[in-house]
Amino acid sequence: MSSATDALLVLILLLNFFVLGSSRIRSIIYTIAAQGLLLGVLPLLVHESIGVREGLVSVGAIALKSVVIPRMLLRAMADLPIRREIEPLVGYRTSLLLGAAATGASMALAARLPLEIVHPPPLLVPASFATVLTGFIVLTTRTKAITQVLGYLMLENGIFIFGVLLLEAMPFLVEVGVLLDLFVAIFVMGIIINHISREFASVSTERLAELRE
Amino acid sequence: MILALTLAGVPLCGAAIAYAIPSNTARPLVLPVCALAHLAAAVAAFAGVDAGAGWLALDPPGRLVLLLVSVLFAACSFYAVGYLRLRGERDNKVFCACLLAFLGMTSLIACAQHLGLFWVAVEATTLSSAPLLYFNRTGHSLEATWKYLLIGSVGIALALLGSLFLGYSALAGGQDSSLLFDDLVRNAPSFSKPWLHGAFILLFVGYGTKMGLAPMHTWKPDAYGETPGVVGALLAGGLTSCAFLGIVRTFRVVVAAGEAEFASQILVVMGVVSMAVAGVFMVQQRDFKRMLAYSSVEHMGLLILGLGLGPVGAYGSLLHMVNNGLVKGVMFLTAGNIHRAYESKSTDEVSGALRRLPWSGGLFLAGFIAVTGSPPFAPFVSEFTILNAAIGEGRYIIGGLMLVLLLVIFMGMGATVLAVVQGQPSARAKRTPFHDRAITILPPLVLMTGVVILGLFVPAPLRRTIEEAVRFLGFPEPQP
Repeated sequence: MSSATDALLVLILLLNFFVLGSSRIRSIIYTIAAQGLLLGVLPLLVHESIGVREGLVSVGAIALKSVVIPRMLLRAMADLPIRREIEPLVGYRTSLLLGAAATGASMALAARLPLEIVHPPPLLVPASFATVLTGFIVLTTRTKAITQVLGYLMLENGIFIFGVLLLEAMPFLVEVGVLLDLFVAIFVMGIIINHISREFASVSTERLAELRE
Repeated sequence: MILALTLAGVPLCGAAIAYAIPSNTARPLVLPVCALAHLAAAVAAFAGVDAGAGWLALDPPGRLVLLLVSVLFAACSFYAVGYLRLRGERDNKVFCACLLAFLGMTSLIACAQHLGLFWVAVEATTLSSAPLLYFNRTGHSLEATWKYLLIGSVGIALALLGSLFLGYSALAGGQDSSLLFDDLVRNAPSFSKPWLHGAFILLFVGYGTKMGLAPMHTWKPDAYGETPGVVGALLAGGLTSCAFLGIVRTFRVVVAAGEAEFASQILVVMGVVSMAVAGVFMVQQRDFKRMLAYSSVEHMGLLILGLGLGPVGAYGSLLHMVNNGLVKGVMFLTAGNIHRAYESKSTDEVSGALRRLPWSGGLFLAGFIAVTGSPPFAPFVSEFTILNAAIGEGRYIIGGLMLVLLLVIFMGMGATVLAVVQGQPSARAKRTPFHDRAITILPPLVLMTGVVILGLFVPAPLRRTIEEAVRFLGFPEPQP
């Protein structure tokens, strides 16, 4: 069981690097959809007894993170004139290096935190931190509004990995609330991206820089 | 429990009703109706009727926030009717529905005793307020909304991670992992300390982003600058107080774990940083709505500074939360009036507001005097209490810095405000159709009256609740 979990987490980590090295927005969306699918399987592997609740959370996460949200974003893409993130603030090679540093730092940090009592799979906590940090890198170094939304999604994915540890502690209602909030957030962001592209004929957030001191 | 459900449910039903009403002129009337019903329920809750239990309950700081939001919303709801009449050309369906949804979610925040539910409600307020910022449908408001939504969501995501850390620190400490605040406080002494520290930092950064503490404040000037004054009042007075409630409740858990020292250091340092950043940007500020945003950054800094300074400071801080909420209501509503009359919010074009709009200009000026902490207004009392706490704790450098920064902010803000209210209005400004009406003046006037009264004396029920809230925080007894 544990080796399957670790294999899954390694895959999730690899997908992080794929996002950092990719310029085609469409393939980033597919990558994050794949990551969402793997995340959805994670609770089933980590918890030995699979009840109705774990099953529902899994199905909900898969449906939302790998089907509904990616489709929403792909549809938003269809109306936009852009296909690639052309001018990231930091180059792809540097982003990959940053990603590697973030992953290393996550491993080091997780090793210093006491984990002995709960016994999570060894890679789970580092994978969670690394995905959160990768989300941050995407958020801060990419200039297209849609890529920033993708960074935010990765951040949420990383948090979800950590949340798997607390699946039994978190009441079902809260899990549903969290997923619902995520859905509405992406939905509203999608609408705003649409307005940005109509208003400025561009979805680069560099255009959104008139308000400053 | 039932009362808590009413508090959140009435506005949400109102939102649905508002959305269903087809008439653009009749729809805003739902706002004051819901607001008054909510105010009645909030007063009952404040008086201690049906405190609730379990997931939905009103603790003392929750009662304070609830009453503040309810009073502020009641004033804003009447103002909104007048404002939306002036903006008849715009469809206000989404605006009215989102305002009411916002009220429902802030009530849920005040009542939510479960860490996860609290988070869900905070995120929901972010989402329901985003369309409010975009009411003007301009490029600038679009930019402001995007920043607000993205920075807010990322901040809130960190708070979620912090909530999970807190849950994990309970698990790692060998406790069952109930995430109700009261259970967390009871079990806190056995929590795993490294995880608890991480949890506090993440929750502080997360809810601090929502409060608009420096350096996570960057969305604030844009959002407050571009949004209608009535939304600014609700965000600066209401939403920020709700986010502060998140920090207060987390702080209580950390205090119970015996780590008050660790958390207080962070609160004090970040409080001073926020005040300093606000001071820097307020000097030479020509946009009077952005100036108000920086004033909000400053006062959020004061709130966490007070919280970090022990029981006396916490008393001042909670009182200041109420005072700041009311004054921000006065200032944003009157700033909205001035903005409409001059069709500009820059001191390059706005001057002579006292002549052009005697009531709005006068209240704006009075609000400035109050918000900068001058007697006899309420913020003077609470700021003085916080200063007293700093001196009492022997933190002379912190107290000195606070005084210097308050002075800098007074001068910076004063230059902008005086430029707005003094002098002669331009010929163009005299021709605009806007003039002071009862419906856009009485709400800020009522709030200002509250500020004056609270400056003269703190009514007994309010004082008792704040004292209860301070005891509720459970500060360690001072060592003899």
